Amino acid sequence: MSKINGAQSLVNALEAAGVEVMFGIPGGAILPAYDPIFDSKIRHILVRHEQGAGHAATGYAQATGRVGVCIATSGPGATNLVTPLADAQMDSVPIVAITGQVPSAAIGTDAFQEADIRGVTMPVTKHNYLITDPADIPRAIAEAFHIASTGRPGAVLVDIAKDALQKETTFNYPKSVSLAGYNPVLEPKSEAISDAAALIAQSKKPVLYVGGGVIKADAAKELMQLAEITGAPVVTTLMARGAFPDSHKQHLGMPGMHGTVAAVTALQKADLLITLGARFDDRVTGKLSTFAPNAKIIHADIDPAEIGKNRHADVAVVGDLKNVLRALVPATKVALAKSAPDLTPWLNEVYGWRNKFPLGYDKPADGSVSPQYVIERIGKISGPDTIFAAGVGQHQMWASQFIGYEKPRTWLNSGGLGTMGYAVPAAMGAKVGAPDTTVWAIDGDGCFQMTNQELVTCALNNIPIKVAVINNESLGMVRQWQTLFYNQRYSNTDLHSKRIPDFKLLAEAMGCVGLRCERPGDVDKTIEAAMAINDRPVVVDFNVHRDAMVWPMVAAGTSNDDITVARSMAPVWDSQEL
Amino acid sequence: MAIHTLAVLVENSPGVLARVASLFSRRGYNIDSLAVGPTENPKVSRMTIVLNLEGHALDQVSAQLFKLVNVIGISEMKDSDSLKREILLVKVANTPATKEIVKKHNAVIADESPAAISIEAVGQSSAIEALLAELKPHGIRELVQSGLVALERGDKTLADRTLSTMGTANESDPNSSTADYQN
Repeated sequence: MSKINGAQSLVNALEAAGVEVMFGIPGGAILPAYDPIFDSKIRHILVRHEQGAGHAATGYAQATGRVGVCIATSGPGATNLVTPLADAQMDSVPIVAITGQVPSAAIGTDAFQEADIRGVTMPVTKHNYLITDPADIPRAIAEAFHIASTGRPGAVLVDIAKDALQKETTFNYPKSVSLAGYNPVLEPKSEAISDAAALIAQSKKPVLYVGGGVIKADAAKELMQLAEITGAPVVTTLMARGAFPDSHKQHLGMPGMHGTVAAVTALQKADLLITLGARFDDRVTGKLSTFAPNAKIIHADIDPAEIGKNRHADVAVVGDLKNVLRALVPATKVALAKSAPDLTPWLNEVYGWRNKFPLGYDKPADGSVSPQYVIERIGKISGPDTIFAAGVGQHQMWASQFIGYEKPRTWLNSGGLGTMGYAVPAAMGAKVGAPDTTVWAIDGDGCFQMTNQELVTCALNNIPIKVAVINNESLGMVRQWQTLFYNQRYSNTDLHSKRIPDFKLLAEAMGCVGLRCERPGDVDKTIEAAMAINDRPVVVDFNVHRDAMVWPMVAAGTSNDDITVARSMAPVWDSQEL
Repeated sequence: MAIHTLAVLVENSPGVLARVASLFSRRGYNIDSLAVGPTENPKVSRMTIVLNLEGHALDQVSAQLFKLVNVIGISEMKDSDSLKREILLVKVANTPATKEIVKKHNAVIADESPAAISIEAVGQSSAIEALLAELKPHGIRELVQSGLVALERGDKTLADRTLSTMGTANESDPNSSTADYQN
């Protein structure tokens, strides 16, 4: 076998792993790898900040289901990847990060651009490697892709010492990966399936509590089958928007802190939660001890550690959700054939809540633009084939609430870590993975100022994303909390971003088209103008009313029973509903 | 009782101790003692971890631990069916009284000087504690203790069972003992 250097072995391994694109920035320790990258068939997209590379890899992975790849040098290059690694790991997104490390003889000496990135990322990755022998490179890459993409997906980092990239080696990519300590359970136990089916057949008030795992498992079709044979109402968490069509009559929308009254209340009043790839996150449960007090829990997840972590499961089903649902659908059919409780009273109740407490918003009295209206119109005009990537904050909640999602992998956001600045680079990654699909970043003016430099990357690499900056000139969600809980003392949330920067000029300076919209009557035509541009990225500065708030709301640490539909306003229930 | 002893087989790879320690630290699990050493298989190390799990379910701890890629198998070592030992080295004054205590407890004088003796004792925690309690009035000048190590009684081995199917955290009461985590 011919001798090559470790860097060539790395690039060969990435090609063998099926990588088509990676996002990164070269630097001293990773420099040997960039020489063979120059000749590789793998597309390398030169980003402007390593954080952008990491979120782009995440957006690519969320949009396509394939593993996203980012690459950076040692020290600051690697530490700039920490946030996107933590972000991807929290949201179970498969990404692999390659980092250069100082030469092995210099490790531990506080060398120039040295950071113990394996140590740093240990708590925020699914697994990681430090490679000092070039012979280990192909195996580490094969294992990294295997670990990132199987079981509960996650982030894996491979740190490679510079001398391992420079030394001679032979390339030998393993045909298969076998790890003594890693064998995810994919097939559910048949007893668990029959126990789950039996509980479903006894339930008079079931709810399908659907999490992001359904999208990860590509199990939306199977979910639809279970929903239709049971007739149970469905709620989709922030990570699961698109797993079940918003237009479906059984869909109650999103549960949680800013969920719909119907979704939140259905969980509270249910006698059974059929939990599929969700993790009883605090943003969904509110005060845990008061969450769904009368419900038995079926908890299906590929990660056994999620079961019983926050809420005791009456029936635990460990397995890949596609397999779980493929087994559960026929088992439930059989169980329901024997006894099927009449769900009509329950459905009347929950659909009554949905009709009575729909999502809504007030038009600002001063005639300024309502942020919810902008987002709603982008959703309507762009349509359900569009991929939407949101930042974090009010605009994210509105984008989840007021855009109708019909398909999996059309809604990308940072759910677990809540990473401001996620939207632009994630949209870039999604557009690279789905070049024929319209990709909108719905961003806030605060978020946008964290990572907008990647629009340069988009402009130079023909990645024509569209960005809606929902500009309320403040850190809107923080401001909302200050309004509600801190006596309107707006400490450090005023960004002045209707004045500085000029987003239109900034966009144009970065090679994008810059548009601005300041009047409600201009919203549609501005969106249509943005939709008509396909040769460059577009940024639209939507100047919106700054006092708009996200409703409904369950205040942090309180019970879901205390949901408010507007400030200090509990839903007005009919007496029989209480 | 919130004290549990876990035997954990891990790959003998760099960083594995840091991974385990980091997991316990970030999830707020308290380690009373941790002993790690080689096994009959050079590729595998064995950790014996004594945990004080006030407020945490053992199932959840085991499930989180088992998610570490380098962790091959986990088993709870219960008092009823396992041997548990710790080592004590303690330096006390060289007097007839302290020597009498050594004899009484079947301990060993590992080093002797005119002024001091260093005592070596191996035993269960209760025996070590009893020895220390008797020595204490005579003045303990220095002591060092190992973490506890544990081995299952009978002919079964933990390594054998790592080849059988993996158990999971499901279906059991959070207060009950952990399922064995094996690959």
